[in-house]
Amino acid sequence: MSKDVLVIGGGPAGLEAANQLKILGYKAYIVEKSEKLGGHLAKWDRLFPESISASETLDKLLKPINDISVFLNSEIVSVNGTDGSFSVLLSNNITLSVSSIIVATGFSLFHAEKKEEYGYGIYDRVITSVDLENYFKKHSDNRIINPKKIGFVHCVGSRDEKVCNRQCSKVCCVTAIKQACEVKEIFPQSEVYCFYMDLRMYGRYYEDLYLEAQSKYGIRFIRGRVSEVSEDENGKLVVKAEDTLSSKPLKVTLDLLVLMVGMVKNDDNESISNLLNIRVGEDGFFKTANPILRSTEGDSQGIFFAGASTGPKTLPETINEAKATVLSMHNYLSKQV
Amino acid sequence: MIVNGKQKIWSEYQKEIPDDHYFYVRSCIRQNFFPASEKTFLDIVRNKLNLDFFETEHHTTCGGIAYHSDTIPQETLMTIVARQFALMTESGYKNYVASCITSFGIYTETLETWQHFPEFEEKIRENLWKATKREFNKPEYLAHASDVIYKLRDKIAARAKHRLINKFTGEPLRVVEHIGCHYSKMFPSKGVGGAEYPYVLTGMIEAWGGEIIDYPERRHCCGFGFRQYLVQANRGYSLSNTHKKFESMQPFKPDMIITNCPGCPYFLDRWQYVIAEMEGKTYGENSQGIPVFTYEEVAGLVLGYDPWDLGLQVHQTDVEPLLDKMGIEYNKADKYKI
Amino acid sequence: MVDFGYSLSPSSRINLDNFDQGRLTILSKIEPDLIKCIACGSCAASCSAANFTKINLRKVILLLHRGLDNEAVSLIEGCMLCGKCTLVCPRGINTRNLIRSILKTYKEV
Repeated sequence: MSKDVLVIGGGPAGLEAANQLKILGYKAYIVEKSEKLGGHLAKWDRLFPESISASETLDKLLKPINDISVFLNSEIVSVNGTDGSFSVLLSNNITLSVSSIIVATGFSLFHAEKKEEYGYGIYDRVITSVDLENYFKKHSDNRIINPKKIGFVHCVGSRDEKVCNRQCSKVCCVTAIKQACEVKEIFPQSEVYCFYMDLRMYGRYYEDLYLEAQSKYGIRFIRGRVSEVSEDENGKLVVKAEDTLSSKPLKVTLDLLVLMVGMVKNDDNESISNLLNIRVGEDGFFKTANPILRSTEGDSQGIFFAGASTGPKTLPETINEAKATVLSMHNYLSKQV
Repeated sequence: MIVNGKQKIWSEYQKEIPDDHYFYVRSCIRQNFFPASEKTFLDIVRNKLNLDFFETEHHTTCGGIAYHSDTIPQETLMTIVARQFALMTESGYKNYVASCITSFGIYTETLETWQHFPEFEEKIRENLWKATKREFNKPEYLAHASDVIYKLRDKIAARAKHRLINKFTGEPLRVVEHIGCHYSKMFPSKGVGGAEYPYVLTGMIEAWGGEIIDYPERRHCCGFGFRQYLVQANRGYSLSNTHKKFESMQPFKPDMIITNCPGCPYFLDRWQYVIAEMEGKTYGENSQGIPVFTYEEVAGLVLGYDPWDLGLQVHQTDVEPLLDKMGIEYNKADKYKI
Repeated sequence: MVDFGYSLSPSSRINLDNFDQGRLTILSKIEPDLIKCIACGSCAASCSAANFTKINLRKVILLLHRGLDNEAVSLIEGCMLCGKCTLVCPRGINTRNLIRSILKTYKEV
């Protein structure tokens, strides 16, 4: 049996999977469609809930794999599976012969322009959580000028039938609170509001982060959706929301509004599912062989999944899953011999 | 504000609007509120632009007021609409244009219902046959009269005698655009520009030299409705909606308001007097009020019609200050002469 | 003035831009745990007086944060200080003391 394994996707799931493959003695090939490795992790500044540095984490993931074959700016063109091995043609005309494939294609971020009523891309002071995270890294963004009142809108593009995304994106609530605390550290005199539907603080120490946000940073939480955003004569944002707890409409003028964009399926999931003879679920993410016992395996022989390609996940879940995926794959290949 | 952002949204909500050969239906109440608007529309398209717009004296109301006041059921409404379509078919037209925005909403709602529930359409055909022995085809294109003016805006701009420029300052006039709720809020894909940032009036103003103001209550309803307005004691609710709009637009110092609905300019125009009596507050420059126009009146002013031929004398808020700003000549003595 | 037969309806919209935060700031100083409230409603659910009066501590805290002070005081005045709410608050707020502080801060008028 060949010891060559293809990993589609060079984000944290793909990197950790490649590292584990190397440790177990396999030869991994990473195919990444963008120009660099790291996936979305390369965009973040600090990770919840304990504010660990994202770039240091990424460096730790990249270090062990620097002797692994990586094809950047490449995509899969065709796959021929016969008798337990796959012949894969890449867009750079290289053909690989591998014994199994790990799909670590991850997710896409929701395009906030689609929620027209929030005015992203129309009003200067409306930004996304990704833009804010970038601001934390680079310390400059000409839309953020000494804001006195800042708002966070949860569930942008998630749990929303109107944009055909019913799923909860799992990480945005805790990210919002993390970012709210971080932005209050930079602008301590500001008032920060979080407009939420539910607060999903399921993970370890998330509730502690929530308590800290309230007691230490004085973040205000308003339960209710934001209905529309407009600009007043000074360029500030007039935000209208429903305050469900008091059953009244609410209006507030803000200097900055941050939209927590959700995780959605990649546009090329459908074409990859055709190439590899696997299926996508109703939400557009890939279907696994069994959601409880075999959630890292595809329903086709030799195809495995790691990370957010099978649905929204946090970073530690992704890393753990990559380890589990390689073990499943190793067990499968050991039986094939 | 990043204008490209809006333009991207506008490009997603494009609507096909034919150039010519329309069957025109009038509004029940527009000729009372704004006497010369429909006449001006027909004059512009027939005489100035030589297009074919046909109307018949046999057409009736669309039934919208009765339907929205809960006095007739939907089936009756659709049968009335079917008769209108029958008249269109009998006159040999396929493009339908309505003067009133509520009518446009009714026709769109009817066509959408028939698309999703074909059995309903069958029933209505039967009703119409039993009642009047008429048959109908559905229109191929349904437009509102403001869509047509929007399509022809460049041709009108080419023939413009006055542009929407303040001649005292040389700056473009600051225009507030108000779209009727029934235009795109119900079916965003049927309106030019969608529901959040409709483009139909913005396009006209930009073509004619004005500047559109975006203010927080831009998409707020004027409060006309039908149910709440018809009962006198409820009118305070309608009034409060318009009041909210005025309070929001005042800091932006608008010169005029343009609308594309029969009820909206009526409210925005007349309620300014009521607010002045109740609150002692008037809006606009020098507290002279903000003049409100229909899009046909603005098109007429731009093309150089005499203001009193456009019916501007029946506006409650004086339009003379705006006419002066635009540099339009008018004879004060002729204002109320027939 | 002309009698039109109708008048402007008052707006029920909460305007967070302008309400006087003076007394809220004073209250927050003497009750620093106030900010921890998550509006879960455990206090209102266990309230002895809830069946017979409009007392509702959850609503009171919310109204104070929205600048609706008078309404808030009227909803807490009848409290008998039985202490059942303090037993159940999941955030560990001393609600009994909070009620006394609210009345002290806001009922001066």
